[in-house]
Amino acid sequence: MLPSFDLYQPQSLGDALQALAKSDEMQPLAGATNLVPDLRGKRETCRSFISLKALDDLRYINREGDRVTVGACTTISDILRDSAMQTDAPALYAAAEIFAGTMVRNAATIGGNICCGSPSADTVPALLTLGAEVTLSSASGERTVPLDEFYVDYKKSVKRADELLTSVSWSIPAVNSVNLFYKLARRKGDAITVTGVAVMIAAQDGVCCSARIALGSVGPTVFRARAAEDLLTGKALDEDLIEQAARTAADQCAPIDDIRASAGYRLQTAFSLTRRLLTQAWKQLA
Amino acid sequence: MSKEKSINVNVNGKAVELVVPAHRTLLEALRHESFVEIKCGCEKGDCGACAVLLDGEPVDSCLTLAWHVDGCEVTTIKGIGQPGKADPLQEAFIETGAAQCGYCTPGMIVAAKSLLTDNQNPSLAEIKRALGGNLCRCTGYTRIFEAVLLAARKMREEGEAA
Repeated sequence: MLPSFDLYQPQSLGDALQALAKSDEMQPLAGATNLVPDLRGKRETCRSFISLKALDDLRYINREGDRVTVGACTTISDILRDSAMQTDAPALYAAAEIFAGTMVRNAATIGGNICCGSPSADTVPALLTLGAEVTLSSASGERTVPLDEFYVDYKKSVKRADELLTSVSWSIPAVNSVNLFYKLARRKGDAITVTGVAVMIAAQDGVCCSARIALGSVGPTVFRARAAEDLLTGKALDEDLIEQAARTAADQCAPIDDIRASAGYRLQTAFSLTRRLLTQAWKQLA
Repeated sequence: MSKEKSINVNVNGKAVELVVPAHRTLLEALRHESFVEIKCGCEKGDCGACAVLLDGEPVDSCLTLAWHVDGCEVTTIKGIGQPGKADPLQEAFIETGAAQCGYCTPGMIVAAKSLLTDNQNPSLAEIKRALGGNLCRCTGYTRIFEAVLLAARKMREEGEAA
């Protein structure tokens, strides 16, 4: 049995934002696929929630020019049903395919996955390599924050208690780019990520013109390996450079030991998976 | 703390009123109303024993708040096939011996039913992905996958015959 809690079910975004503005303790929930186990396991102490379930205007995938915007209440299955996502966000599509199990994908939302702030959140490395931005809305207005600046520490973000993450958006990857994600876990289905790596590499005539590398489950937050990205940018891709970049990315990791893997294994796999994905991107771009 | 609320759902074609507080899961609420064919397993969305179709889509009823399903249609394993006329999936599970202890079977069939409604010719990889949220601790899965392949074939043949 779950602990008793209050649940407010607004019928419009305006009502939801008003309620959040008035309350200090109310927390949003949508699919509740993380929240319910956290309540049951006594890891969640909040007892007042606001449900976003009825807010259908937060469940959409919009395309305008080269920009894709996804409403916060879009489920992981909604992303998989949108076959254009395979080209509009290849790493995100790959992450959605291997996200939890079928039933959880049908309930879990992209906004929830971002907001839970878990270092093992599978959509986040992908979204970071897409250069995604999130929209934070409140009764007093809205602001856009690069996802790269969203997380401040383990399960902590810049989102204020009165704000709701309402959408996430990014630009469709350029033609001369490759966007990949790899999830290392004990099983292909229904597993928590041991090490997650996403890369986006754009190249012109063998020279890397832009690089984004994001790593999950190897630090308190998902993060971009900026030093490794800088190392690649403007240079001709080759094995040595890729090895060096993967090494640099691994140097930025601060993994922990836990039930799923040791810190040492995570460090080693952060290196080898980054090298693997960068090599794959390089070969595909050649 | 939290008040009770009246939630109206249609379970296997029958109107059911659930009067429940906000913290009641769909699994708890329906089992309380004697829909005990929905199995309670891990209660954290890992095992899929509690899977039901919610407006046709499989969800873990242990993670679903009852308040979220007001006005929805719920299908349990008893809503798939009828006495004397088993669903092709149920026939296939029997024919291949896909059930051992049987505890995961309702959830397996619910998840597989959704797959076969969308895709009557799934590959083994597609079946594995669709059943990725359902654990079985007896069979090693081989016969479950065989059963879904067999059911898909039965459904295609029925479709051609019709």
